[in-house]
Amino acid sequence: MDAPALPRQSPAQALLLASAFAVATCGLVYELIAGTLASYLLGDSVTQFSTVIGVYLFAMGVGSYLSGRIEHDLLGVFVRVEILIGLIGGFSAALLFLLFAQVVDFRIPLYAVVGVVGVLVGVEIPLLLRLLRDQYALKDLVARVFTLDYVGALLASMLFPLVLVPKLGLMRSSFLFGMLNTGVALWLLLGYGTALRHVRAHRIAALLVLAALAAGFVYAGRIMEEAEASIFPDPVIYAETTPYQRIVLTDSHRDLRLFLNGNLQFSSRDEYRYHEALVHPGLSSVARPARVLIFGGGDGLAAREVLKYPQVESITQVELDPAMVRLFSGNEMLTRLNADAFASPKLHVITQDAFVWLKDNADRERFDFIVVDFPDPSNFSIGKLYSLTFYKLLRRIVAPGGAVVVQSTSPLIARHAYWCVVATLEAAGFVTTPYHVFVPSFGEWGFVMAADRTIVPGTAYPPGLRYVSADTAHDMLRFPPDMDRVPADINRLDSQVLVRTFDAEWSAYGVY
Amino acid sequence: MIRLRRRDAIIGGAACLAGSAAPNAGAAWPYPGELVGAHAALGHRLRGGSLPGPSLTERADVVIVGGGIAGLSAAWRLRRAGIDDVVLVELESDVGGNARSGRNAVSAFPWGAHYVPLLTDESVHAAALFEELGIITGRDAAGRPIYNDFALCADPRERLFIDGAWQEDLLPDNGISAADRRQYGAFFSAMDDWRRARGSDGRRAFAIPLDLSSADERFRLLDRISMEDYMRAQGWDSRPLLWYVDYCCRDDYGTTFDQVSAWAGVHYHAARGGIASGDATPTVLTWPEGNGYIVRRLQAKLAPARCDSLAWRVRPADSGVAVDIYEPAQDRSRRIQARAVVLAVPRFVADRLLGRTPDTSHSYAPWMVANVTVARLPQGRGAPLCWDNVVYNSRSLGYVVATHQSVAQVQRRTVLTYYWPLSDSPPSQARAWALGRRLGDWQAMVAGELLRVHPELEGAIERIDACVWGHAMIRPTPGYIWGPARAAACEQTPPVFFAHSDMSGISIFEEANERGVAAADAVQAWLRG
Repeated sequence: MDAPALPRQSPAQALLLASAFAVATCGLVYELIAGTLASYLLGDSVTQFSTVIGVYLFAMGVGSYLSGRIEHDLLGVFVRVEILIGLIGGFSAALLFLLFAQVVDFRIPLYAVVGVVGVLVGVEIPLLLRLLRDQYALKDLVARVFTLDYVGALLASMLFPLVLVPKLGLMRSSFLFGMLNTGVALWLLLGYGTALRHVRAHRIAALLVLAALAAGFVYAGRIMEEAEASIFPDPVIYAETTPYQRIVLTDSHRDLRLFLNGNLQFSSRDEYRYHEALVHPGLSSVARPARVLIFGGGDGLAAREVLKYPQVESITQVELDPAMVRLFSGNEMLTRLNADAFASPKLHVITQDAFVWLKDNADRERFDFIVVDFPDPSNFSIGKLYSLTFYKLLRRIVAPGGAVVVQSTSPLIARHAYWCVVATLEAAGFVTTPYHVFVPSFGEWGFVMAADRTIVPGTAYPPGLRYVSADTAHDMLRFPPDMDRVPADINRLDSQVLVRTFDAEWSAYGVY
Repeated sequence: MIRLRRRDAIIGGAACLAGSAAPNAGAAWPYPGELVGAHAALGHRLRGGSLPGPSLTERADVVIVGGGIAGLSAAWRLRRAGIDDVVLVELESDVGGNARSGRNAVSAFPWGAHYVPLLTDESVHAAALFEELGIITGRDAAGRPIYNDFALCADPRERLFIDGAWQEDLLPDNGISAADRRQYGAFFSAMDDWRRARGSDGRRAFAIPLDLSSADERFRLLDRISMEDYMRAQGWDSRPLLWYVDYCCRDDYGTTFDQVSAWAGVHYHAARGGIASGDATPTVLTWPEGNGYIVRRLQAKLAPARCDSLAWRVRPADSGVAVDIYEPAQDRSRRIQARAVVLAVPRFVADRLLGRTPDTSHSYAPWMVANVTVARLPQGRGAPLCWDNVVYNSRSLGYVVATHQSVAQVQRRTVLTYYWPLSDSPPSQARAWALGRRLGDWQAMVAGELLRVHPELEGAIERIDACVWGHAMIRPTPGYIWGPARAAACEQTPPVFFAHSDMSGISIFEEANERGVAAADAVQAWLRG
């Protein structure tokens, strides 16, 4: 025997029917949010959407089944379900974003949240039908409720891609629809107050949830930052998405770290080892280093080292991302780190793609010293910057007596990749001088000097260097057996062996 | 880009185009775009006659009808021989033929042929052309060509969408059984044997240019059966292997493997094998605009072609030949009295020009090519975006990325060239069906597959332009390549000479180039008496 349905009240009917509409819209939105979020975070949208929809529909079935077990206080249960959906559905996006960095298998919380919301949504419509069963003939009731249900779903599916995602983002959309669900509960509590027990407690609960969701909606931006911060070990002090990359700076106990697309670029504690080793052995060997070219190095740290040579008359820096130069020439903490290199009248920044610039300028200018400081060859686009073609063009812009230095990943972790860079430079006609240095935050790191001769690092260095000296420069040239030369293929545009080798070696390292 | 002009469709009165031309103007398609295509309406006026007689007359040594690779190669060869009084007449607004290309704000892109394999040793004329154009920059100590680095197709080259993910290479690898792998091994080892095989005449069994192949009967027997029958006869029934071989036939010949001569089917695998200097793996040459790059560079070396001109009558006259050309802009015809003419057009067109009934033994495959401009690069699970991206078991051939050769680090927008041979029904039926379809139909067909494979491109498709090629390429059906029809078609009849890849039976750059060069040499010999 079912609990008594609602008394006949015409405004109340409209109220319940309207809530059927709201409930349907919200229900689909949570499903879309979970599917989109899973696609964002896990990739492969076909799989993510189809599994999320599957779990969600199944959970709705479970909810519908469970609704049959509810005998009493239908309206009360309905109101409580609404508040719960508002709470869980509303916080679902924020919760999943925050959990992504914390859990080993993100799919567990994902399907748990989708399942719980699905069960609750599954309870809603059967309850509504039973609440309204005395007010309409069965055929009208089913017709009206399902019409509203499907129209609501249509509305949600249109709103989601056209308005919600572009205008509000996933997290705010989720909070907004949580508020809508809770709003339905509050509305019912106002309209049907008399038919419920503990009305006051219900109203307080609904208001609290509403307030929490509203706060979430307002502070969604900050939660997003928090979610990102949890991916990085230290507090994020700066984050910017440029058309080229995601720039993140973290700071902890005066250790400033720069991440580009999540990859560590430097730690302020030991970057001097990297940058001194990158610049000084090569630059000190060049007799008259008047003109210097730097590829990459938008942090200005390589330029800082180059500027320690008064003979250098001009530095041309080719950097892809103007936002990097802006950041490292504007922020005081960062200009302190790079000794305000970008303010030097000797430094001339060209914001352009390195390969495109080199292709266009290969016969225009020559440089006495060239620093090639690109990210590691972790994908096929970057791999082109380590190709035979790039090095052949590079050779054409080296002045007589000049030299080039190339950062070339870890010879310990990616031994074949490192020697592949060396072999490729040699195939382009360079004589190479490989060397390496230990940088604590990176590990054992490799560079290659390339010129028309074997480079003998200078014996005199600018004052104030903390790592490179005549002795250490000499030591850096020696390779212990575990990273000594191995035969390696040449990296060409049409057969990018470096990217494949690099990927295999770093993946194997990650397994340890 | 050649736009199908509404005016031409109307004056042409071609019934088959009524459905495609008129409704395209201003109709609301799923995406912005245009239906571009061969000047079918103007071309079809050849059939109806009723063109104005010549009101102007001029003289030239040689007229070349058709500005595809064969016609351009003939002009190039004549110029190298010192014959400069040459007029090249082209129906479309641009030369290029199957190697035509387009360009928008995002990239240049091909409308047809988009690559050339590394040249075989026998392709000496193509090699000479590539040297002149700087595509081959020199030779190494062993005499092997050094190709321009930027023309060699960059790594990674090919990937296949199978079982919901991308794998490297086109040969199916995901979920393949040991029995399949054994058949793969047997197939490729057989193809290797064919590649190395030489006949009693010392020639390679399968050469490019194809007429340099060995005449031994044991090789030519393959031309009597279909590629499918050859596979079955070898006991190769692995479904992924059969898919792959069929894919290759549709890719090169626009024809399914049950209708492709086994000689042609094997040729695809056994004739290529060009070697470049260095230790690079065999690759192909490609450019953003495909073979349109060769067209552009070649064109710059030649006198300007007369485009938008319909050669409609060719008749031997006055110890030479009279070529009548209709100029639609002026609605008049002009006669060029020449010493020789090179008909660098498909044979059915040449027959019409000469007043003959087209020989039906030549059959041509219809194609649809679409260029999809996207606001972001396609991704997908598994292997990263490649130059050539193919979907297993699709009726399309997949898409090629126009900006693949770019060395820039960041690419946001690009153009995807979608190739779709209409090989599932007899060519005449497929052609009639295709010409009745509207831009929106093609867009739906292409977007349907693209978004199924790349749901992340939802909302990122900026425009889809499509091109229907009614007679895209000759079909090497069993018996055609080494049969009487092709042998007859290869005969030169001074002062009328022929140059087209249909004389080879396979529509590839090297054959078109070879036919153009051969015709030019024959013309030269004829002129010198």
